[in-house]
Amino acid sequence: MADTPGDTLYDKLWARHAVHVEDDGTTLLYVDRHLLNEVMSPQAFEGLRTHRRKVWRIASNLAVADHNIPTTDRAAGIDDPVSRLQVETLTKNCGEFGIDEIGMTDQRQGIVHVIGPEQGVTLPGLSVVCGDSHTSTHGAFACLAFGIGTSEVEHVLATQCLLGKKSKNLLVRYDGVLPPGVTAKDMALAMIGKIGTAGATGYAIEYAGAAVTALSMEGRMTLCNMTVEAGARCGMIAVDDKTLAYLDGRPEAPRGAQWERAVAYWRTLASAPGAVFDATVTIDVATIKPQVTWGTSPEMVTTVDGVVPDPAHEPDPTRRAGIVHALSYMGLAPGTRITDIHVDVVFIGSCTNSRIEDLRAAAAIVRGRQVAHNVQLAMVVPGSGLVKQQAEKEGLDIVFRQAGFEWREPGCSMCLGMNADQLQPGQRAASTSNRNFEGRQGAGGRTHLVSPEMAAAAAVMGHFVDIREWC
Amino acid sequence: MEQFTVHKGLVVPLDRGNVDTDAIVPKQFLKSIRRAGFGVNLFDAWRYLDIGEPDRDCSGRPLNPDFVLNQPRYQGASILLARENFGCGSSREHAPWALADFGIRVLIAPSFAEIFYNNCFKNGLLPVVLADHEVDALFTACAATPGFSLKVDLRAQTITWPGEARVSRFEVDPARKDRLLHGLDDIALTIGHADKIRAYEAWRRKEEDWVF
Repeated sequence: MADTPGDTLYDKLWARHAVHVEDDGTTLLYVDRHLLNEVMSPQAFEGLRTHRRKVWRIASNLAVADHNIPTTDRAAGIDDPVSRLQVETLTKNCGEFGIDEIGMTDQRQGIVHVIGPEQGVTLPGLSVVCGDSHTSTHGAFACLAFGIGTSEVEHVLATQCLLGKKSKNLLVRYDGVLPPGVTAKDMALAMIGKIGTAGATGYAIEYAGAAVTALSMEGRMTLCNMTVEAGARCGMIAVDDKTLAYLDGRPEAPRGAQWERAVAYWRTLASAPGAVFDATVTIDVATIKPQVTWGTSPEMVTTVDGVVPDPAHEPDPTRRAGIVHALSYMGLAPGTRITDIHVDVVFIGSCTNSRIEDLRAAAAIVRGRQVAHNVQLAMVVPGSGLVKQQAEKEGLDIVFRQAGFEWREPGCSMCLGMNADQLQPGQRAASTSNRNFEGRQGAGGRTHLVSPEMAAAAAVMGHFVDIREWC
Repeated sequence: MEQFTVHKGLVVPLDRGNVDTDAIVPKQFLKSIRRAGFGVNLFDAWRYLDIGEPDRDCSGRPLNPDFVLNQPRYQGASILLARENFGCGSSREHAPWALADFGIRVLIAPSFAEIFYNNCFKNGLLPVVLADHEVDALFTACAATPGFSLKVDLRAQTITWPGEARVSRFEVDPARKDRLLHGLDDIALTIGHADKIRAYEAWRRKEEDWVF
């Protein structure tokens, strides 16, 4: 299984994990790490029981409840009996099959895509899967990481493998230097705006270029997280010194001589010089402005100095109908300036933007300021208990609270509103999450996706503002 | 898994691009630990005028008369005609479960999101990709023809229009086709490769002992 000259990072990772390849290219792919949550797993465990199957490699699994759990006082448990049953079912299943679970009151608890890297469970060169589409996040560590459905969760539990066919290679190269006030989130949204939400369907993305190299690991996770919104199942970034520095000393990372051996291998996890990609998208980040979505799909995005589009200017009838429908749902008129859009709710959190750097950036904006009167709820939901602990050590919780934000317990929260954190019908949110679909944050809720800095500034002003003017 | 060979059924057209899995089955229904019963909540936010709750009887809920699935002419439909990037977003398998539970067996669109596409095959649903112009023609014909039905033959990879007026061919991955035609259990087949998986693990353990 030696590297072939011209191999991309994805080619290398795919070949490394191929257990068996059929004549038609269907590959049995080995899974190194399987992350489980409460939503996508109960039916999979039930399937194991029905067929009297065992878990193939118990130690490869790590479970945490994140979607359903309350972000208010945990001591009170979960009010909603349906949510409570699902979370309890995860605990029961993990107990029955011997799988490690990080419990709801554990300090390490949090969003599965935040805690994987945080614990060093996510390591370069691994295949990482989870019943959640944002598993692409882990690609920031040069992992082959992608989301799966419940049948595949069962398949991984029972066989440690998945069936699949290799995707094509797409290089997304970000050149140049990111301007002040523009973030990894804006890089992702700008790319999705350019290629569309199906633009990368059928591809695995590798992110490269000077602007990607310049990102911190947390920024890289934000970028890889949004990969699935561009249509690709996985997105990845080569290993460099930042990758290694982030992982060194993590609880589950190798140590000593084993670390040295691992690093020697991990250093090879980059596309070969002259690697062949099926397609390339190039973006000069110097041209990227802060992004704000105006519609009900992440590709319905514009710049903060832009306006809500006019469907009359869209020649394609399906797309035109889509814009009309989205504007009606969003309660927006064509031509409205983005900075004239007022918000009722501000949500800072989710597997996209809930890490310590996100919270620091948002706190820097709100420090000494107040949440605007028209904002009914502004909340910060850290990505994990450890992120929360670190933020509190730095006094960020006080900055947020003094400004009028609520400071919550970690979880997925209002990104998808499976717990009590939901938009009410008609409420409009500035959200650092990843999806602005109809009803995503609550039935009838209206979502505008932005960076943490942009969300923080919208909380303070009560409407969107160009954060570059604050830098 | 249920076999799929030939299916003939009424077509319902959903003329919207980028239909996401949050729309196919909203998040509140994902709290269920069961695999069945999602059909009544398929497209819940579009189909009903009130807000749906899990475990609630849907029979008395007010229907949205404008939503295509509620229109009398499409009652009993089992083939969903859709636009590009159908099933985008969340990996929730509850989306194909809801479609199958509702009675849908075939989906036709110019493109599907990958995870959703994959999930369909695990649940006896056949997602068919046709060229834009074919899909456009189907939307037009469906609107113009009450009772517009199609015959979908997986073995022959064909879709036959009413009165055999036209036959559209489609592509499908041979391995997926075989599994669907025979209703094979993926897991049982993979367990058949257990020796290969163990040999692979032994090799990886030598190369990357920190993984295990």
